Amino acid sequence: MATDMKNKLTIRGLKLWYGDFEALHGIDLDILAGKVTAFIGPSGCGKSTFLRCLNRMNDRIAGCRVEGDVLLEGNDIYAPDVDVVQLRTHIGMVFQKPNPFPKSIYENIAYAPRIHGMVQDGPDMDELVETALRKASIWDEVKDKLQQPGTALSGGQQQRLCIARTIAVQPDVILMDEPCSALDPIATAKIEELMDELKQEYTIVIVTHNMQQAARASDYTAYFYLGDLIEYGETSQIFTAPSNQRTEDYITGRFG
Amino acid sequence: MPEHTLKRFEDELTSLKEKILAMGGLVEKAVRRSMKSVLQVDTSKAQKVIDRDRAINALEVEIDEMTRSMLALRQPAAGDLRLIIATIKIVTDLERSGDLAEGIAEAVLQSEENPLTHTSTIETLADLVIRQVKDALDAFARSDLDAALKCIERDKKVNKLYKAMQRENLTYMLEDPRQITAGLLASTIGKNLERIGDHAVNIAEMVIYMVKGHDVRHVDHKTAAAILSGELDED
Ligand SMILES: Nc1ncnc2c1ncn2[C@@H]1O[C@H](COP(=O)(O)OP(=O)(O)O)[C@@H](O)[C@H]1O
Ligand SMILES: [Mg+2]
Repeated sequence: MATDMKNKLTIRGLKLWYGDFEALHGIDLDILAGKVTAFIGPSGCGKSTFLRCLNRMNDRIAGCRVEGDVLLEGNDIYAPDVDVVQLRTHIGMVFQKPNPFPKSIYENIAYAPRIHGMVQDGPDMDELVETALRKASIWDEVKDKLQQPGTALSGGQQQRLCIARTIAVQPDVILMDEPCSALDPIATAKIEELMDELKQEYTIVIVTHNMQQAARASDYTAYFYLGDLIEYGETSQIFTAPSNQRTEDYITGRFG
Repeated sequence: MPEHTLKRFEDELTSLKEKILAMGGLVEKAVRRSMKSVLQVDTSKAQKVIDRDRAINALEVEIDEMTRSMLALRQPAAGDLRLIIATIKIVTDLERSGDLAEGIAEAVLQSEENPLTHTSTIETLADLVIRQVKDALDAFARSDLDAALKCIERDKKVNKLYKAMQRENLTYMLEDPRQITAGLLASTIGKNLERIGDHAVNIAEMVIYMVKGHDVRHVDHKTAAAILSGELDED
């Protein structure tokens, strides 16, 4: 691997239990800065669980226990002094179902930066809102109706609005859990294109059940099975010549 | 490998392989028959090679159609993808080999009155090349890397013998002008055989890619063998 590639996230020996059930069995993985990394695998293999570990979304689940290290540029995100709210501005999450706030399009973007005290209301906030919406490739579609409710947009637009909302707090990493599964093919293509643009500035990790999406949209692919990381490599390698037979079986549809 | 969950795709892959092997069988037969027509000065055999080339061409078109639709409809990955890519390339090499055998047959028809005068080197050359073709097809049929490497390795011998044959041939023609027609025929046959060998090598290399995912084209045989045994990484 080229030496100029640097790890954004370094995961070592990550185990997770839901009560007595061990859902992740010790995952080691380096997530490279400025790349799109896809997690694939049959449903229930732990993709979402693992993704949620990357910004401590599992913390609030009762009975959930995590062991091992997750380092963001070398800093342990599970260290006791870490402010989880602050952490989530660095590592944002976009969910399967678009979930805009029941507020105006403008407010959807301005809300978090205001709370975090990043920007005052006024021209600076206007600029921040526009920049975030532009980066999420939705500005042209909403610039004339910023005061309308975000929930009135189409599903694909809502998802891009949620991406804009994530971008608004200037994260390092954007986690996406099946962000296109509720979208039609055209809206999906827009999100995939957006990921390609966003990786210039952000590191993106996406869980997808759609293998073609992983093939199209990601630079690196990690294949999970029953709580283990089976294979991780460049997407082009995984999809043309995987080195593990289980990966081969899964991506050629010979699974189960 | 476990069965494909999509039974129809599994069937398509099987039938694709069978079609390639059928086409390969026809090509091998064409090469053998063209050489028989040379050595036995048998124009009816030569004519048969020419007539049968149509079947080879038809298979090429059919296989191309299959691979096109499989790429478009099945979005193949990994081993399936490599099989299909290998097939697309192999089919071209087979079709060309068929044409080259046909070229030999045509040369026989054109020089019926002046058959070969010296046959022993060309016979040896033909034997080697036919073995190359056979090895390449066996390699494909059984995903047999040893057979693929044998085919590639044998090419050195073929090239050496081909050069020797052409030199030998030139001497005959210079020594005796009456040998010129036969000499030119020998030269055409030799050249076509040597090219058939090259196509067999291409096929063998695609089989290695298909099986291992390594591209061994444009590396020497030793390096290729080392890559395959895992001693070397290709990059
Ligand atoms: N909150 C939870 N409580 C208990 N078990 C859970 C919880 N969330 C997920 N699991 C279990 O953990 C495993 C991994 O689930 P998940 O990460 O959602 O898989 P994936 O995203 O790959 O479909 C599954 O067996 C699932 O049933
Ligand atoms: Mg999930």
